[in-house]
Amino acid sequence: MSLTGKLKANPAALWSAVALVACALIALPFVLATAGTTWVRVTNLAILFTLLALGLNIVVGFAGLLDLGYIAFYGVGAYAYALLASPQFNLHLPFWIILPIGALAACVFGVLLGAPTLKLRGDYLAIVTLGFGEIVRIFFNNLSQPVNITNGPQGISRIDPIRIGDFSFSQNELILGLNFSGPVKYYYLLLLILIVMIAVNLRLENSRIGRAWQAIREDEVAAQAMGINTTQVKLLAFAMGASFGGIAGGMFAAMQGFISPESFVLVESVMVLSMVVLGGMGNIWGVIVGALLLSFVPELLRHTVDPVQRALFGRLLVEPEVIRMLLFGLALMLMMLFRPAGLWPSQVRRRELAEK
Amino acid sequence: MEIFLQQIINGLTLGSVYAIVALGYTMVYGIIQLINFAHGEIVMIGAMVAFSAIGWLAGNTALPPLAIVLLGTLAAIPVCVAVGYALEVFAYRRLRHAPRLAPLITAIGASIVLQQLAMIAWSRNPLAFPQIIPGTVFDIGGATITLVQIAIIATSVLMMAGLSFIVYRTRLGVAMRATSQNALMAGLMGVNANRVIATTFMLGAALAAVAGVMVGTYYGIAHYTMGSLLGLKAFCAAVLGGIGNLAGAMLGGMLLGIVEALGAGYIGDLTNNVFGSNYQDVFAFLVLIAVLVLRPSGLLGERIGERA
Amino acid sequence: MSGLIAMNQKLLPALSAAILFGLAGCSKNEPPAAPKAAAPEELVIKIGHAAPLTGGIAHLGKDNENGARLAIDEANKLGMTMDGKKVKFELLAEDDEEKPDRGPVIAQKFIDAKVAGVVGHLNSGVSIPASTVYAQAGIPMITGSSTNPKLTEQGLKTVFRTSGRDDQQGPAIASYLAAEYKPKLVAVIDDATAYGEGLGNEVEKTLTAAGVKVLPREKGTKDTRDWKAILTKIKGKKPDAVFYGGMDATAGPLLKQGRELGIKVTFAFGDGACTNTMKELAGDAADGFVCSQAGIPVQAASAKFLGDYKSRFNAEPIQYSPFVYDATHILIAAMQKAGSADPAKYLPELAKISHNGATGKIEFDEKGDRKNAEMTIFMMKAGKIEPLAIIKGGESIKFEDFMKAAATPAVPAVATPAAPAALEKK
Repeated sequence: MSLTGKLKANPAALWSAVALVACALIALPFVLATAGTTWVRVTNLAILFTLLALGLNIVVGFAGLLDLGYIAFYGVGAYAYALLASPQFNLHLPFWIILPIGALAACVFGVLLGAPTLKLRGDYLAIVTLGFGEIVRIFFNNLSQPVNITNGPQGISRIDPIRIGDFSFSQNELILGLNFSGPVKYYYLLLLILIVMIAVNLRLENSRIGRAWQAIREDEVAAQAMGINTTQVKLLAFAMGASFGGIAGGMFAAMQGFISPESFVLVESVMVLSMVVLGGMGNIWGVIVGALLLSFVPELLRHTVDPVQRALFGRLLVEPEVIRMLLFGLALMLMMLFRPAGLWPSQVRRRELAEK
Repeated sequence: MEIFLQQIINGLTLGSVYAIVALGYTMVYGIIQLINFAHGEIVMIGAMVAFSAIGWLAGNTALPPLAIVLLGTLAAIPVCVAVGYALEVFAYRRLRHAPRLAPLITAIGASIVLQQLAMIAWSRNPLAFPQIIPGTVFDIGGATITLVQIAIIATSVLMMAGLSFIVYRTRLGVAMRATSQNALMAGLMGVNANRVIATTFMLGAALAAVAGVMVGTYYGIAHYTMGSLLGLKAFCAAVLGGIGNLAGAMLGGMLLGIVEALGAGYIGDLTNNVFGSNYQDVFAFLVLIAVLVLRPSGLLGERIGERA
Repeated sequence: MSGLIAMNQKLLPALSAAILFGLAGCSKNEPPAAPKAAAPEELVIKIGHAAPLTGGIAHLGKDNENGARLAIDEANKLGMTMDGKKVKFELLAEDDEEKPDRGPVIAQKFIDAKVAGVVGHLNSGVSIPASTVYAQAGIPMITGSSTNPKLTEQGLKTVFRTSGRDDQQGPAIASYLAAEYKPKLVAVIDDATAYGEGLGNEVEKTLTAAGVKVLPREKGTKDTRDWKAILTKIKGKKPDAVFYGGMDATAGPLLKQGRELGIKVTFAFGDGACTNTMKELAGDAADGFVCSQAGIPVQAASAKFLGDYKSRFNAEPIQYSPFVYDATHILIAAMQKAGSADPAKYLPELAKISHNGATGKIEFDEKGDRKNAEMTIFMMKAGKIEPLAIIKGGESIKFEDFMKAAATPAVPAVATPAAPAALEKK
């Protein structure tokens, strides 16, 4: 029996494992902070990417629709937040109103982008979604004239941080003798959102809709023959996946305080895809592992490989950014060649991809 | 009127560039139904290698400009062909029978890896084309056209003619067409599918090398990022013309080039500056979406957009 | 059996991540440990410097870093004392990769390492997000090259700059263009980046205020190589001059294609295209264009700085290193004046400091901008950009006259232009 199988059989063991993991997660930011608050920031970005990967997983993993323009939804969520909580329009709505609005806006975009692609398959779907992603980004970059909506390439700065009453998420505070810096506070909020999203994903996977997605992914014609309304189901996949991206985007805007179209380029879409592919398309836990790996490993390498290169060669032969991109590209290539089901495949997927 | 004519000339030149790159895409797609995402990067590698060679030749020899450019192209072709071959053998061959998503994702990964390798090899700085080609400008009814532009349009027509000859008049071409229709049957008839497919890739890569040299010479600059957007637009052109169809790639390329040039030139005036030339890049994608929604087989294509 | 394998698959990535983490943790902990290793009775004051050390403008980032390093070495040679302890300055140099996302991360790194102040970043797009992080921690930041006006418009008390601003650079080149070439109609193009668009906007504003008609804005992207469509459209409208806000990689092809299309009027650029690379990219078409730089040209920096830089680094300073050098010295001078490296204590001194540096006399206004920053206008002649004039406080001074005035006595600064040299009044 696998580890998870053994755990499920023994409730006491299961709960102690959960408690252990929970304690580790709660203590994590303070452990990281001893090495520098930078690592807490890195962790926060990793959680954001995990949210994105989970969202893309719905589209690519569950429904089998290759979306190369996913980062557009991240951008929509981020700009929605920025426009409603910054000096741009001088609106300062609280975050619990804006985040749902961002998710909704992303949903709408998801449907808009998904609708023309319903008849397309595989390669064409990929390119068209890529095109849409680029179109959205170009609009972000150019909607500063004639009416200034997004402030163009200059981006939107001085975005309000998240606030609950007087408790601001960007200030350092001392609570119970522990230093809660801004990033640490955001960590807990992000962790909470992540847990909720994982729960939503798990429910989706085992619901009627989840099974409908699986059916479409395996054989669309057969699914239609079984009475599944493929149009509705596909649009739902796009919409749900997009809403995850929208929420992550809103958190990104709040945390950074500044966004610009440069953060929503094609390369970022490919990165999120790499995380999903690396972890295991369709498997929620696999995708999380993939996202965490591809977020942390480049940062760790940056700290270890740079000094090694300098010591050995006296200069940087390969820049950290190059190493990062190489990792992503190689992850995509090698995974598809040797382990198409991902590092941690779901049983279903493994069967599907192995038999062909 | 001369402005309109000038835009047409601009569009034709740009379109010829798209056409040559589109030919490479269409050939590979025609034979194994794979969008070789890395094709744009092969174009870039061709340009970079050629520039390095041309730069060295221009600085150290006194050959005439035409010879230098030709030698540069000859230096780029083997490198690109090698890259194309390596891609086929190591990345795509294993996935020939895998579900559609797999080779597509591999291709995306390959394009990233190639880009990064190019950056390691040539650094992030753009390479400049040495000023060896005379800037003679010809006047046509008030519009100007340079030597390089004429050369580009001519080369692309020649390339298409050459490729058509290979595909429709040679044994290799017969083998290619047979493999694209039904690889198994072609195998039974004695065609070595692996060899034919590899040859197709190499041909496509050679075309990419020439395209790279042309683009670099035309704009005077080569950079490791030049391949990606060019590749995407060329793919849109191929789809516009009908993917799998050589003449379609030419037509699609030319049309797309003209649409972009005219669009950038006139959309500002047409929409009273609400949409300006800054939306230039969007045209290619809009054309693609329109084609796929309205006429998935493309203008000249026989294949349909729905691939199972 | 499969369970074990499954377990291994889960554990392996986790394990390797943990190992890498441990390694990184070990190597990461060294910077904060350094002060303890210093000799007793010695106070180590850390100053951070951030710029792109990798990427397309790595050479400019390195140039900046050299300027900071030179200043730190000079300060250490002087052997200052503070609180009765001997002071040793240390430069913490980081690479921000020209990316806005890296700015706050590097800022956090510096804050964790307890720097006393930061010199940087290079790009406005990185300085702006980083500045909020520094402000939250109360750490002063002086940039020598970020020219976007927004940086100091945020109302942050800890942000300063020794360079000029794009809303001074834009008007400078625009008014020079208007005065020298007297165009009636100008075309403005930009590359749709924060820098290019900002500069284009400033130029358009100034030209319009001077009564010059400006065509509707044309835009490319930072990777555009084919300008023919836009240039053909502009040619049809027959402007008397063309301004482009963008970097040389796109400006070069723009200029070349413009000339190929038969556009014969003057082309003007901002500091992004004010480089000798333009000759390589545009060939003969490059002769005669004008461009601006925010700040005095490198040649006009103090002779002492130029000499010291050359002998220390065996290279010529490129562009903004004198400004970074001055910024570093200003931080140190403020700390000296306040007698403390505590940001809370020396920040007030910093705000009202008056410093004579390699780029002239530096004082900050209430926003943190440099008072009376100079702008330089260049022209490309025979393959090199040559300074034509310096614009300061709206007055235009011919370059030779500026150098003559600067060559007089110890102070390398020029307070006001000599009357006969003034070319125009704005």
